[in-house]
Amino acid sequence: MFKQALAICKKDFNSEIRTRYAVNALLMFIIVVISVIKFSLGEDKLSAEMNAGLLWIIIFFATSNGLSRVFVSEEERGTSLVLKLSSRAGSVFLGKLIFNTLLTFIINFLIIFLYIIITGLDIKNLALFSLTIGLGNLGLSAVMTIIAALISKASSKGTLYPVLSFPLLLPLLLASISATTLTIEGTPMGAIAGELQMIASYTIVVVTASFLLFELVWHD
Amino acid sequence: MPENIPANNTSGSSIVLKAVNLTRKFDRKTIFENVNFELASGSATAITGRNGSGKSTLIKIIANLLIQSSGELNLFDGGEKVKKENVFKYIGFVSPYLNLYDEFTGYENLKIISDIRGSGHGNIDNVLKRVGLYNRRNDLLKIYSSGMKQRLKIAFAILHEPKMMLLDEPTSNLDLEGISVVDDIANEYKRDRILIIATNDAHERSLCGNEINLNENISKKKENV
Repeated sequence: MFKQALAICKKDFNSEIRTRYAVNALLMFIIVVISVIKFSLGEDKLSAEMNAGLLWIIIFFATSNGLSRVFVSEEERGTSLVLKLSSRAGSVFLGKLIFNTLLTFIINFLIIFLYIIITGLDIKNLALFSLTIGLGNLGLSAVMTIIAALISKASSKGTLYPVLSFPLLLPLLLASISATTLTIEGTPMGAIAGELQMIASYTIVVVTASFLLFELVWHD
Repeated sequence: MPENIPANNTSGSSIVLKAVNLTRKFDRKTIFENVNFELASGSATAITGRNGSGKSTLIKIIANLLIQSSGELNLFDGGEKVKKENVFKYIGFVSPYLNLYDEFTGYENLKIISDIRGSGHGNIDNVLKRVGLYNRRNDLLKIYSSGMKQRLKIAFAILHEPKMMLLDEPTSNLDLEGISVVDDIANEYKRDRILIIATNDAHERSLCGNEINLNENISKKKENV
C-alpha cells in the first residue's frame, strides 16, 4: 500500500512540475499577500498575537488555493478512473495526503521565510515555533485532503473548499495560533504542551476518520 | 480470493461474474432494474440497448467504478469470492470517459500505471508495439490524435493481463488497423477470460457470443408488472 501511495505521490509531483496547476496560483497568492502586509504595515511592529494570527490566515488561504488540486484536477480531466482501476482507495488517499503534506511544508516554509524577511519578525523559541508549524501543517493537510476529495465531485468547488474546511479547521487554527503566539514570545515547552497535544490528537483523529470515509467518497 | 494477488494475474484458476437483480437509479430515475447474468472465463458478452439504457452504467458497476442501487454483483476466482477492494486487479477497462495523463508521454503513462499497480516495466514495450504506438512512445499525450489516445487506453487495459476485459465502445475513433488490434485482443481474451463489450455497433457485437440487452430487460419487467 505504501509503495503504491509513493508512486501516486511521485506521479503528482511530476505532474505538478509539468503543469504547474497549484504552484503558479500559490506563488502569486503568497507574493501578493506578503506584499500587501508589507505596504500596510510600513515600519510598524506587530504584537506576537497579531503576527501569529496573520501567519495562520496566510497559511489557511494559501493551502485553500493549492491543496484541492490533487483531486479536483483528476476529476476535471477524467483521470480519476485510471487511479480507481490501478489501486485501492486507501493507497490513493495516502499518496494524495503525502503529496499535500509535502506541498504544505514547502508552501509554509516559503510563507514564513518571506514573512520574517519582510516584517522582521523575531521568534524567541525557534525550535518550538518549527514544531508548532510542523504539527499544524500535518493537521491542515489532512483536513484539506479529505475535503478536496469530497468537493471534487461538486459543481462549485472554489466556493465550497474554504467554506467546508473553515469550520472543520477552526479547532486546529485556534490551537495553532495560540501555540505560535507563545513560541514567538519565547514560552518554554511546558506552557504550550496542551496546545501541541491538541493539535497532534486532532491530526490523528482526522487522518483515521479520513481513511474510513475516503472509500465511500472515492467509489460513488 | 487471495488478498495479495500479483498485479499480473493471467495464470491460475478461471473466474465467474454473477449478477443478481442488479438495479441502478440516479435520484428517482431508474436506469435499469433486475439485471441477472452469470459469466465465466472463456465467454464474450455484448451489453446492448438504446441510448440511455444504462450500458455504460452497467459496465462501470462491473468495473467497481459505480455502486448499484440494489442487487448483488460478485466476482469469484476459483470458487472464492473476490473482495471488492481487489476487483480492480482483475479488470482491464477501455471507455470514452477514461482519460490518461496529457502531460506525460505514452511510455511515461504506462510506466506510472505500472508503478502504481506495483508491477514491473517489462511488458510496456511489448504492449506499445501491440497497439502500434511504439514509434510514438516518447510523444506527449496532448499531441496524440483521438485514435492514438484510444490505442493507449487499450494498452493501459491489457498492460497487466487482466482476467476480465471490459470494453465500452472500443473501436470508436480507431482506423482499420486499430480496429484489427481490438479484434485480436477480443479474440484472445474470449478464449480463456471474460470479455464484455458495451456497444450497439454491429462489428463489435459480432465479436461476442452472448448478449445482455438492456431494452429487453426493461420490457420484460414491464410485462411482468
